[in-house]
Amino acid sequence: MTRVLDVENLRVSFPDTGKNRVYPVDGVSLSLDRGETLALVGESGCGKSLTSLALLRLVPSPGRIEEGSAIRLGGTDVLALQGEALRKIRGRRIGMIFQDPMTSLNPVFTVGNQIAEGVRAHFDVSKSEAWQRALKLLEEVGIPDPAARLDSYPHQLSGGMRQRVMIAIALSAEPEILVADEPTTALDVTVQAQILEVLDRLRDSHGMAVLLITHDLGIVAGRADRVAVMYAGQIVEEAPTDRLFARPSHPYTQGLFASVPRITGPVGRLSPIGGSVPPPGAWPGGCRFRPRCPQAFEKSETMPPLLPVETDHRMRCWLAENGADASD
Amino acid sequence: MNPVVDALARSWRDPRGRAGAIMLGAIAAGAAVGPIFLPDPLAQPCVLECRNLAPSWAHPFGTDDLSRDILSRVATGGRISLAVATLAVGLSVTLGAAMGLVAGYWGGTVDAGLMRLVDAALAIPRLFLLLLVLAVWDQVPMPVLIVLIGVTGWFGTGRLVRGEALRLREESYVRAAEALGANRRRIIFRHLLPNTAGPLLVAATLGVGDVILLEAGLSFLGLGVPLPTPSWGGMILDAKSLLFTAPWAGIFPGLAIVMTVLSANLFGDALRDAVDPRGA
Repeated sequence: MTRVLDVENLRVSFPDTGKNRVYPVDGVSLSLDRGETLALVGESGCGKSLTSLALLRLVPSPGRIEEGSAIRLGGTDVLALQGEALRKIRGRRIGMIFQDPMTSLNPVFTVGNQIAEGVRAHFDVSKSEAWQRALKLLEEVGIPDPAARLDSYPHQLSGGMRQRVMIAIALSAEPEILVADEPTTALDVTVQAQILEVLDRLRDSHGMAVLLITHDLGIVAGRADRVAVMYAGQIVEEAPTDRLFARPSHPYTQGLFASVPRITGPVGRLSPIGGSVPPPGAWPGGCRFRPRCPQAFEKSETMPPLLPVETDHRMRCWLAENGADASD
Repeated sequence: MNPVVDALARSWRDPRGRAGAIMLGAIAAGAAVGPIFLPDPLAQPCVLECRNLAPSWAHPFGTDDLSRDILSRVATGGRISLAVATLAVGLSVTLGAAMGLVAGYWGGTVDAGLMRLVDAALAIPRLFLLLLVLAVWDQVPMPVLIVLIGVTGWFGTGRLVRGEALRLREESYVRAAEALGANRRRIIFRHLLPNTAGPLLVAATLGVGDVILLEAGLSFLGLGVPLPTPSWGGMILDAKSLLFTAPWAGIFPGLAIVMTVLSANLFGDALRDAVDPRGA
């Protein structure tokens, strides 16, 4: 396995009212191997999208990445890059697709023009060569009649088609890593499945690593190799997908699973997690899930580190210390 | 279809837009081609007998007190007025787009500086700003007049484009382009500018009407297009003393101004609705 991305202790801060700063991403570490899919799961506002933007140094102003964070792309220290070198990372090493395909394409240019633009931004090729590649990319992402679609404007395409075009644009620079930020949230369920299939296929054929950001546990199973669950700016549980699904250990992860209906097993009431993610700046001391946690105890008043549950499976909860997870 | 072409097509389907476009087209064509076939606007065919002739077949718009053919003068004056308006608006729209995009995309102190400049400039009526310069400068050459009108006309457009740039900067496709490694030049020229083309086109069309009026006003005050070159405003100035003896000397250039401004505004309004249907 080749390690393509290493993130260590990533902290992103924003100025609060007054002189304080808040940390919507607070000490996130994660890694990606070639050909691997890592799912980053969490509720709205937990910092997962900001984490992905930080990978490309696209944290919106006035936010900043704090000292002590490390982002390494192969041998490249992303946080040390400036100007042109940084720009060359974007797209070329890490491609990104966004949540809303309806607004992610420039309305005044044809689809072919925009894909060819992506090709020419990173490769020194002629216009006709770029156009040829655009055609091939559209074929790859499974757009019917790709030659005709090259001349379409974005408003002439459906949401699913536009997301395919976005994927084609992201692929145009042949990145090592594809970050998919909620790629299917804005789409119909049937279209969702098709788009995810495209992503899976491309990951396998290009050997890309995929960072799949989602709040939907349903699309994680059977697709991601590993899952990292985020809560309030931190990763609270990380495990290979099958192990996490077999044995969700952090009370928050268990809460997430309990709020998703299951096909097998007895029919019971769904139990949503009470309350909502507190905004950055209103996080409690100690374990940040404490106020919503049914199993909080005295020790929760100090912040737990990521503790091992079993091999490759860690969680940010003191319950792991007892050698048992919360379900016991 | 390209959205800008689409907006033009939609304003053509709008009766106002079509009427405005046809009128404006006819006036522009008349001004462009007319002077080729018409008598010299400076010629005085006969000295005394031809003064202040009422409209007739020989002189459809009549003659003025210097025996010159008014139709010729209206056509040639239109050439001048439309040329001044088009060039000046072109200049002010270009300046406005550049300043607005820079302010909106860079933000920060650049934005604050430019926008305070715009605030200050908009607090002074444009006519006075121009009068100030023109009053000191006797008989300005035409290119200078165009530049002056252009340079004093970009403030509104600049503010408009800045607002658009601020909005577009947050659009997903701009963020997507950044994530794909597009540089600033590419973001500005490929993503921001083309997407402000609609509002810019509207501003330009409405601006033509404004500048026609402004130039007519300046010429009427004797500060615009230098004599003896005919201009609509200058002709009305000449006709001031003939109001009762030869009213046609003032009516026809006046009508030309009204028709041109009206058609530019009609077309501009239709275009505005086509670009932004919510404002209709």
